Amino acid sequence: MTAGDALHRLTAHEAGDLLAKREVTSRELTQAVLDRIGEIDGRIGAYLTVTGELALQQAADADERLARGEGGPLTGVPIAIKDNMCARGVRTTCGSRMLENFVPPYDAHVVERLCEAGAVIVGKTNMDEFAMGSSVEHSAFFPTHNPWALDRVPGGSSGGSAAAVAAGEAFAALGSDTGGSIRQPASLCGVVGLKPTYGRVSRYGLVAFGSSLDQIGPLTKDARDAALMMNVIAGHDPRDATSAPLDAPDYTEALVGDLRGVRIGVASEYVPDDLDPAVRGIVEAAAQELEGLGATVEWGVSLPSTSYALACYYIIAPSEASANLARYDGVKYGYAYQDGDGMWDNLEKTRQHGFGDEVKRRIMLGTYALSAGYYDAYYLKALKVRTLIRREFEAAFERYDVLLGLVAPTPAFTIGEKLDDPFEMYLSDVFTLPVNIAGIPGLSLPAGFVATGGGPASGEPAPREERLPVGVQLMARPFDEASLLRVAHAYEQATAWHTQRPAL
Amino acid sequence: MSLTRDEVLHIARLARIGLSEDDVAKFQEHLSEILDHFQALQQLDTEDVPPTSHPLPLESVMRPDEARPSLPVEEVLANAPLTEDHAFRVRAVLE
Repeated sequence: MTAGDALHRLTAHEAGDLLAKREVTSRELTQAVLDRIGEIDGRIGAYLTVTGELALQQAADADERLARGEGGPLTGVPIAIKDNMCARGVRTTCGSRMLENFVPPYDAHVVERLCEAGAVIVGKTNMDEFAMGSSVEHSAFFPTHNPWALDRVPGGSSGGSAAAVAAGEAFAALGSDTGGSIRQPASLCGVVGLKPTYGRVSRYGLVAFGSSLDQIGPLTKDARDAALMMNVIAGHDPRDATSAPLDAPDYTEALVGDLRGVRIGVASEYVPDDLDPAVRGIVEAAAQELEGLGATVEWGVSLPSTSYALACYYIIAPSEASANLARYDGVKYGYAYQDGDGMWDNLEKTRQHGFGDEVKRRIMLGTYALSAGYYDAYYLKALKVRTLIRREFEAAFERYDVLLGLVAPTPAFTIGEKLDDPFEMYLSDVFTLPVNIAGIPGLSLPAGFVATGGGPASGEPAPREERLPVGVQLMARPFDEASLLRVAHAYEQATAWHTQRPAL
Repeated sequence: MSLTRDEVLHIARLARIGLSEDDVAKFQEHLSEILDHFQALQQLDTEDVPPTSHPLPLESVMRPDEARPSLPVEEVLANAPLTEDHAFRVRAVLE
């Protein structure tokens, strides 16, 4: 493997194998990725900041480590980070004017872990402002385009990370998921996206959004890469009081290749009757494939409170956001309006001009839900519904190891299509929100394509006809990411959806 | 349910967000629509259901009260809009 133009197509573990065998250097890999970014990112918009100089320095360090026979599977492998995770000395905007010039004085836990593992950080990816959105259209800077169809959204809020991995602009990426922000863009871009159990990965250095919901996880080209990323980032960190005091397993041990003894339930509410038949067909084919690999698959598992998850989430997450985002006051860091009539006026104008509409909308929703006279009817009610949703998952996991459903009700939608209707946009997360509410792990697995005109896409699309990836969602018990990776990996051994790359 | 203009201004005031006239009308419409959808929750009987504020059963995570090194003051202040004598500078609170 010497052809530089093909290097970017490799998975992270394939790149790692070549590095270990000394068939390629990290500098070559990193340069190939930087060249790829230079060539296509003008059309994709996956990156807010490309850290080329830093990346080449890290690559040189990785090459030295590898030459000494040291390092691990990700040493020397170029990786992208969503721009809501702090990297010391690297601008971290969170997709917001508020943090446009913010340069963190410390590394997030996950960034620290990746650097210790020898990974090369190539840049910070685009996102909806403060991770609030499902399309990256709420980025304060520019939209990101779906690599499979440039007039469509990549999903969000980790859409920059998903697009970067799908387009070969990074071998893997980190995202964050508060209500679907890893899984939904993974589905829309045709990559693997894992939201770990709440507390599995430290959030130290992640810009806070919804503190009882936020979780960091990987976006990768296959399940093995997700396992390798989890091996680096998972585990207890005393700097995050909500980090679970549990050791993380070696996730690659879950990649056994068959599914004998695995009980899978298809969650009815996640495959509703009014679905596009082509999308439904993808879930049916995936279920059949998993059965062929040795799993038992039962249809008709009902989680009846699912339909209440949307309202529950859009009370809890904005309430938590309204508290978390109170810190943006123009005093300690970030954008500051200075010319107002006194302190209060400056504060209000700082937040008026520093935040975009979606962020203001959610802060105001949360402020309302927590305000005197409405707390019981909204916030407390939502916390009780949260209990019902969690209990239904617990009951289902007494009978099944993994639940199967869709990630998103539709494939990638057109840029601008839902921008003027916030509630319509919220609906694109209807299948991912319950997983955050319950705190369980969920994974988006590429499982097929539909044609842009609707209907199933053949393996070889006709010229000009675009095909859009569709992911299925796997859900498991708390701290059982291993089962998700086992199912995803076995499925990948029997199918080729995860090997498809967009033509760019 | 629909929010009144005064309610929108009240919420914005609590959240310390300045709004233009156009913003008030826009948020009045959007927030009202979203709050309508929240009414669905009232259909659920949650009389005997305890609230879940947090998915992990962690309580009062403590650490020893020991002094540890922290970031240098210069680095902490590096992102501040206004500083003075190793401190954040703010406009007068009492006038």
